[in-house]
Amino acid sequence: MSPPAVTSALSIAALPATAKYALALGDDALILGQRLGEWIADAPQLEEDLALANISLDLIGQARILLSYAGELEGAGHTEDDLAFWRDDNQFRNVHLVEQPNGDFAVTMARQLVFASYQYELYRALQDSGDEALAALAGKAFKEVSYHREHARTWVVRLGDGTEESHRRMQAGLEAVWPGVPELFEPDEVSLSLPSVAADPAGLEPHWARFVDGVLAEATLTRPTPRWRSRGGRSGLHTEHLGHLLAPMQHLHRSHPGASW
Amino acid sequence: MYGNHDTETALVPDEGDSERQAEFDALIADDQRIEPRDWMPDAYRRTLIRQVAQHAHSEIIGMQPEGNWITRAPSLRRKAILIAKVQDEGGHGLYLYSACETLGVDREDLLDRLHGGRQKYSSIFNYPALTWADVGAIGWLVDGAAIMNQVALCRCSYGPYARAMIRICKEESFHQRQGFEILHTLAHGTPAQKEMAQDAVNRFWAPALMMFGPPDDASPHSAQSMAWGIKRFSNDELRQRFVDMSVPQAEVLGLSLPDPDLRWNDERGHYDSGELDWDEFARVISGDGPCNAQRMSRRIRAHEDGAWVREAAQAYAAKQAARTLEVAAS
Ligand SMILES: [Fe+2]
Ligand SMILES: [Fe+2]
Repeated sequence: MSPPAVTSALSIAALPATAKYALALGDDALILGQRLGEWIADAPQLEEDLALANISLDLIGQARILLSYAGELEGAGHTEDDLAFWRDDNQFRNVHLVEQPNGDFAVTMARQLVFASYQYELYRALQDSGDEALAALAGKAFKEVSYHREHARTWVVRLGDGTEESHRRMQAGLEAVWPGVPELFEPDEVSLSLPSVAADPAGLEPHWARFVDGVLAEATLTRPTPRWRSRGGRSGLHTEHLGHLLAPMQHLHRSHPGASW
Repeated sequence: MYGNHDTETALVPDEGDSERQAEFDALIADDQRIEPRDWMPDAYRRTLIRQVAQHAHSEIIGMQPEGNWITRAPSLRRKAILIAKVQDEGGHGLYLYSACETLGVDREDLLDRLHGGRQKYSSIFNYPALTWADVGAIGWLVDGAAIMNQVALCRCSYGPYARAMIRICKEESFHQRQGFEILHTLAHGTPAQKEMAQDAVNRFWAPALMMFGPPDDASPHSAQSMAWGIKRFSNDELRQRFVDMSVPQAEVLGLSLPDPDLRWNDERGHYDSGELDWDEFARVISGDGPCNAQRMSRRIRAHEDGAWVREAAQAYAAKQAARTLEVAAS
């Protein structure tokens, strides 16, 4: 963390485990929210400008709660904005999937199907978290991501079972995002250390797979079997894309240290 | 409403059935609403199609300059507010395209007219949003001017348009407030922030005033629109109201308005203001503005890039319909 004028540096390693967990989930939401925001005014039809804006807004809302909570648990006075704007890419804890560029609408919908279905299982499980704040967030967010998942399902089916071109693009979209799937369900140190607070990532996968496989079947699409997989996001090792996403996102805020907006 | 300047209204005398014409005239005279199923003169219909479509186009083109700051908004709170605002504008576009469709045209066709340059959108969106403060200035001034126009349109004689306006006006006041708030925060922030705010107001003030359209003596079609109850106030009347409203707000902001001739006139009970550059207005409307080409090419690119998606949705819907028929037949 480059030291902002008004707050001290954040040490991720020194954070309490629950703060690290909140940060990871918050970063997922923030980065995908930022990505989806790039679609606004460029979507295939007006309804999709609205839908993607809506999903982006929900995700940024989740991120704000999670980052604020992480800062609160840290106890050093870091706000959601300190955490969003003053961390460098190696201090972000999101999975690689969410930092992937939008690609065409099919790539975005493939990513949405994978990620919204993951968040659906995640928040469903977290509603029973022993951490009250996380359980409360999960209750609210579960409703949001249920809509996100349904939105993605509808489009993946339409595109998969639409025209020849849309089928081809939708399959290519799946191929593009699938290397990012295993990272979502990989047991990580932080969640393993919080058995009564965190959702067990591996435990989410069977439910996720049942739903997603059903969608792919309905869409006449094939589940990809990529030769490589992403790894490292949860420990701060990212793709080259994240830096390009953060540069515009953080530029203005960092150009005026200590200013209020 | 982002533009009150209907530049291409064709006023062909109508030769419709004189009895129905008399009914229509009576409804208008009685300040009643015209509904889609009612008979209406062709020229009235054409004028409305043009105006409502232009309004709808303005809403969606208007998503671009502000959308330009979504990825760069300086706080998460501001980012969320801005996304919600731009999303609202898209929603306004949707209501207005629907209102326009009640006049017997479809959205696809209206978009073709926009993309082909046969229909326009408000000239204000041909100015660039260069700094974060521009998001504030657009909210305060552009949405502020839009509200002035739109409140007047809530009483428009065409029912679906008037109802769309009522819905839209509810959201617009939030838009103006968030813009004002952005500028207020900047104007009371660091010197660099204050400078950014003043610069944005300097650039947006005159273009915002031009949103009300040409001066009354140079607005040839206004009289007919007033007679039809489409317009309720003249361009200059609305502009004056906007100036009168904005001056005290600028004082609260602690920002100046870039017009040396702006001063209170006790006799008139209004603020006097300087002459606007109507040559610039004409130039920007006719395509020679800083962002005309950029806005249109982006709009067309989004539309073209999305063609395969829309086709797929149609193909899927057709397949589904066929499957339903098959099931029904078996
Ligand atoms: Fe609007
Ligand atoms: Fe607005």
